[in-house]
Amino acid sequence: MSEITNIEAITRTLQQEMRRDPRIFITGEDVGKRGGVFRVTKGMYEEFGEARVIDSPLSELSLVAVGIGAALYGLRPIVEIQFADFIAPAFNQIVQEAARFRYRTNGDWHAPVLIRAPYGGGIGGGLYHSQSIEATYSHIPGLYVVAPSTPYDIVGMLRYALRVDDPVLFLEHKKTYRLIKGEAPDDDYMIPFCKADIKRVGSDMTVIAYGLMLHETLQAAQELMHEDINVEVIDPRTLNPLDRDTILSSVKKTGKALIVHEDNLTLGLGAEIAALIASEAFADLDAPVMRVAGPDVPAMPYARTMQDFFMPNAQKIADALRKLNAY
Amino acid sequence: MTLSSPTKLELTAPTLAPHVQLGLHDDLVLEMYWHMLLARRLDERMWILHRQHQVAFHISGIGHEATQVAAAYALKRGHDFIFPYYRDLCLTLALGLTPRAMMLAMYGKQGEPMSGARQMPAHYSARHLNIVSVSSPVATQIPQAAGMALAMKYQNTDQVVMTCFGEGSTAEGDFHEGLNWAGIFKLPVIFLCQNNQYAISSPTDREMAVQNVADRAPAYGMPGVIFDGNDFIESYHAITQAIERARRGEGPTLLEAKMYRLVPHSSDDDDRTYRSREEVEAWKQRDPLLLARKYCVENGLLDDAHQAEFEQRAREIVDDADEFARNAPYPPPEEALNGVWGELPKI
Repeated sequence: MSEITNIEAITRTLQQEMRRDPRIFITGEDVGKRGGVFRVTKGMYEEFGEARVIDSPLSELSLVAVGIGAALYGLRPIVEIQFADFIAPAFNQIVQEAARFRYRTNGDWHAPVLIRAPYGGGIGGGLYHSQSIEATYSHIPGLYVVAPSTPYDIVGMLRYALRVDDPVLFLEHKKTYRLIKGEAPDDDYMIPFCKADIKRVGSDMTVIAYGLMLHETLQAAQELMHEDINVEVIDPRTLNPLDRDTILSSVKKTGKALIVHEDNLTLGLGAEIAALIASEAFADLDAPVMRVAGPDVPAMPYARTMQDFFMPNAQKIADALRKLNAY
Repeated sequence: MTLSSPTKLELTAPTLAPHVQLGLHDDLVLEMYWHMLLARRLDERMWILHRQHQVAFHISGIGHEATQVAAAYALKRGHDFIFPYYRDLCLTLALGLTPRAMMLAMYGKQGEPMSGARQMPAHYSARHLNIVSVSSPVATQIPQAAGMALAMKYQNTDQVVMTCFGEGSTAEGDFHEGLNWAGIFKLPVIFLCQNNQYAISSPTDREMAVQNVADRAPAYGMPGVIFDGNDFIESYHAITQAIERARRGEGPTLLEAKMYRLVPHSSDDDDRTYRSREEVEAWKQRDPLLLARKYCVENGLLDDAHQAEFEQRAREIVDDADEFARNAPYPPPEEALNGVWGELPKI
C-alpha cells in the first residue's frame, strides 16, 4: 500500500464519493476550474462538470445557506470555505440554521450540509489565514465538528460524514495537507464519529491532541522515549461530541493529562476536556490537568518570530510533559 | 437578459371579471376568500388569547391575507416548496397547516407538529406540505431558498421555490446574497416581499434609500414587480406570472406586494408610539379581507347568507382549535433533550 498525503486523501475520497452518490455536489470559491486554492478539488470540475463542482460568488454566508437549502431538498452538498478564517459571515447560518433545523422541527427537517474548512497556522498566514475555529463551533449542539489528522482517518471520516444526516464542520489542518503522509487503504472502510483513537500507547501520561498538534505531540512523545518517559497520545478526531470514554479510560490508567491545541487557551477544547477529567476522573489524577495552547491574543501574527512564539510545537509540548512527569 | 423595471400590473379586458380573465374558477375564488376569512378570525382569536394572558406571544398576519392566499393558490401544492416567514399564517393555513396546529403552537402544547412546541408561535413548518421551517433572525431563509432552487435546477425538475419576507428583511445581507445567487444561476425561485411599510417601528425609508424594494431587482439581473398586495386577484396574477417564469427556466423574480400592517408588530408592541391613528384608519379602508369580500359580492360569488355561513363555520373551527389546544397537555419536560442529533449510520 502506497502512502498518500492528507490532501490526496481528501481529493481521492471526494472523487470516489461523488462517483458513488449523484446527490453529492461541491460548491465554494474557486473550487471549479481552479480546483480550489489548495487544489483539493483539482480535476473534479473536468470529471463531474459545472453542475456538480460549482464556482460560487464570494459569499460565505450564502455558501452555507445554499448548502442548507440543497440539503433540505435531499441533496448532499459539500461547501468549501476557502479559509476557516472567512467562515464568520456564515456563523448565523451554521449555528442558528443548519445546526437547529432538526431540533426546531422536532426531527421533521434536517440539513446534512458538509462544510469543509482549512484551518490552523504555521504557514505564514497571519491573522486571517491561520485561525483555529474549532472551539467556537464545538459549543453548538446539533453540529458535528471533526478534525481527522491522518490520511487514514481523513478517508474514513470523510466517507462517514457524507452519510451522516446532520450538518458537519469538517476541519482540515492546512499545514498538514502536504506535510503528513500515511497509508489509507483504497477500499470503502469508514470511521464513525465520536470515536477517539489511541495514536500511541503509553503508561505515564495522556496527551489529547488533534490536527497539526497531534503530529507535534507524537514527535515530542518519541523524544521523551529516550528519557524513559512513556506517553499515551489520544486523538479525539471528533471534537464535538467528544468520545469521553476513551479519554477517561486513558487518564484513569496514566493519572496525568495534558491537552494540546493551537486554538487559544481560554475556553478552548482543553477547557472542556479538563473539566471532563476533573469531574469524572478526579480520584485517579496524580497531577493537575495541564494545557499547552495558543496564547490569548486575537489571532496568529505574520512575522515568523511571532508566529513561532504563538504556535505550540514538539519542543514546547515535551517541556510541558517533563514538568507534568516530574509533578 | 432584458431587465424590466418595476411594473404595475394592469388587467386589460374590462368586460370580464379579472378572475375569469386569469382562468380562476368561481369556486376557487370563493375558497381563497374563505381562507382569508378563516386566517383573520384565527388571528383575531390569537390576539384575544394573548390579552387574556392565555398565551405568551402573538405575531400577526392581519393585513397580509390577500397576497398570502394568492401565493398559496399560485403554487403547485406538494410539488413546489415555500420558505415562509412569521407573518404567513394565511399562506400556511391555505397550504394545509391546520387551525389546531396553529393553536397548539400558540399554547406551546404537546403534539404541536411544527416544532414539537419548541419554537415560539408563527414559526411555520411542515415537511409533508413542503413548508420549510423558519427561524427568528430575519432573511436567513432567502439564501436557503436560492440553494434549494439550485438543487432543483440541477435535478432538472420543474419545481419552483418561493420565499416570503418583509421589507425590513431586505436590509439584511442574506437578502443581497440570496438574490445574487439566484440571479447569477438563473434559479427557479420567487422572492415575495410583503411590504407592510414597517419593520417594527421603522418605516421603509430607514431600510432603503430607494422608493421600492423591487427597484433593486435589476441589480441582481431579475425583474422586479410591484403589485397591490391588498388585492387578492391582482396578487394572484403577479405571483402566477413569476412562478410560470421560474418554471419555464427563465429565472427568479423579485415581487413586492404593497400592503399595510394593520396591527402592531407583535403582542408586545405598541404602534401608537410611532404612527398616527389616522394613517392606520386610512389603510383600513384598503383592508384586504374587506376588498376580497366586496369583490366576491360584486361578482355574484357571495351573498349575505353565504357570508354568515362562512362566519359561523370559521367561529366553530377557531373554537374547536382553541379548545383542543387549551386542553392538550404540555410536553414532558425532558422532551427538551430530544431531537438534537439524528441516528448515526451503522458501520
